[in-house]
Amino acid sequence: MRSIVRCALRGAALVVALAAPLALGQGTTVDEIAKYRAALQDGNPAELWEARGAELWRQKRGPKSATLEACDLGLGAGVVKGAYARLPKYFADADRVMDLETRIVWCMVALQGYSDADARKAPFGGPDRKSDMEAYVAYVTSESRGIRMDVALGHPKEQEAYRLGERMFYFRGGTHDFACATCHGEDAKRIRLQDLPNLTKPEGAQRAYTTWPGYRVSQGELRSFQWRLNDCFRQQRFPELVFTSDASIALTMFLARNANGAAFDAPAIKR
Amino acid sequence: MQRRTMKPTMALAAALAAPAILIGCATAPSDAEVATKAAAVLKASFREAGQANLDRLVQDDTQKTCSEYAGKVPPKDVAERIEKANFASIKWPADGKYLGDWKNGERIAQEGRGMQYSDDPKGPAGANCYACHQLAPQELSYGTIGPSLYQFGKSRGYTDDIRKYAYGKLYNAEAYSACTNMPRFGHKGILTEQQIKDVVALLMDPDSPVNH
Repeated sequence: MRSIVRCALRGAALVVALAAPLALGQGTTVDEIAKYRAALQDGNPAELWEARGAELWRQKRGPKSATLEACDLGLGAGVVKGAYARLPKYFADADRVMDLETRIVWCMVALQGYSDADARKAPFGGPDRKSDMEAYVAYVTSESRGIRMDVALGHPKEQEAYRLGERMFYFRGGTHDFACATCHGEDAKRIRLQDLPNLTKPEGAQRAYTTWPGYRVSQGELRSFQWRLNDCFRQQRFPELVFTSDASIALTMFLARNANGAAFDAPAIKR
Repeated sequence: MQRRTMKPTMALAAALAAPAILIGCATAPSDAEVATKAAAVLKASFREAGQANLDRLVQDDTQKTCSEYAGKVPPKDVAERIEKANFASIKWPADGKYLGDWKNGERIAQEGRGMQYSDDPKGPAGANCYACHQLAPQELSYGTIGPSLYQFGKSRGYTDDIRKYAYGKLYNAEAYSACTNMPRFGHKGILTEQQIKDVVALLMDPDSPVNH
């Protein structure tokens, strides 16, 4: 009996010895990346986008030479504080569900007199051009920091957007048969070393949604949630998601609603 | 006269239809209605870019059926139908050989580019195996969406059957596991026959680091 136990122990020790170098290597890599991410939290360049957005918001711009200060983001004209934590939502004046970017475009057209096309011209910044839209997004979202996500499904069009977004989340297509759910439908998965949130569960959706927009260190840009969706679909091998398209709003509704209850904590900083 | 008084049959039809309309108003749209609308909204929400045209949003039967099961395993009969149809599509190598060069296979397994609208359409596509699988133990940056394939050949045996299985699985994974997350590399023209053979070698060559 004792020899069997000894034998079993020896076997177990062998398994541990074989597994240890692998587990150690993996653990070390993951730990180092976690440390790097923690170090990034100190001093977030997103503040530069927030400040620029706040300044632009109060600047007289466009053919009507008006500011965006009277923009109704859902909590009444001129209220920015806490507005993002309740978006997307149904707006009666437009008779449709809008996310933040769609609403900003609406205000640029209605208040500042921009054409719809001009208001959508530079949704994302790049090395050769700044995006005023991403600055607006940084400013408005920063005014919801610390506020609990509270996205309503009271209006039938809000319910419809949520259900469409859910359906789209599972829509497989393209050359690789990928859906959003391929990478974001299960717990504790990674792509390479990147942790993947399970966006079908509250914890995963909360962790992901409340940390966008984010300053992307690897790109030197602040990235909005519209950008996040756009780039997911690029990697999904889909065609290009149109900025503020109905699909982008429906998906945002699905994810934002799933994040309800969590304190919003962005603009964040990302790898 | 007829305009003012309803015929009995019409009255009956109206009486039957009325509650149906009321129910229609009171209840949310069905899943099928939402699915149809979602597909239409998606089509209107994308534009062609680079090599990615709008045809990529047109689902084949497998994509459509698997989307309906929303990340869940489909029932047995549905799964068997999907697997059978996909198995029939596999184009096996004409020379009957499955093993290529594992060193090329490793490069293909590491390469993440291919088929994105941001990628050069002329360049060969990679398989990006490491995004989801552990393979060679030297590569620590691997994903976990798929199972570990470390010692794939060594643990299964270096037989012709397993080589053939690996080739078929890479060519069309839906033939073996309905609604899997794994792309159909051959069926969808992502990898060439030679590239698939090279990846088979990465898994099945006794000299490959995967089997060390």
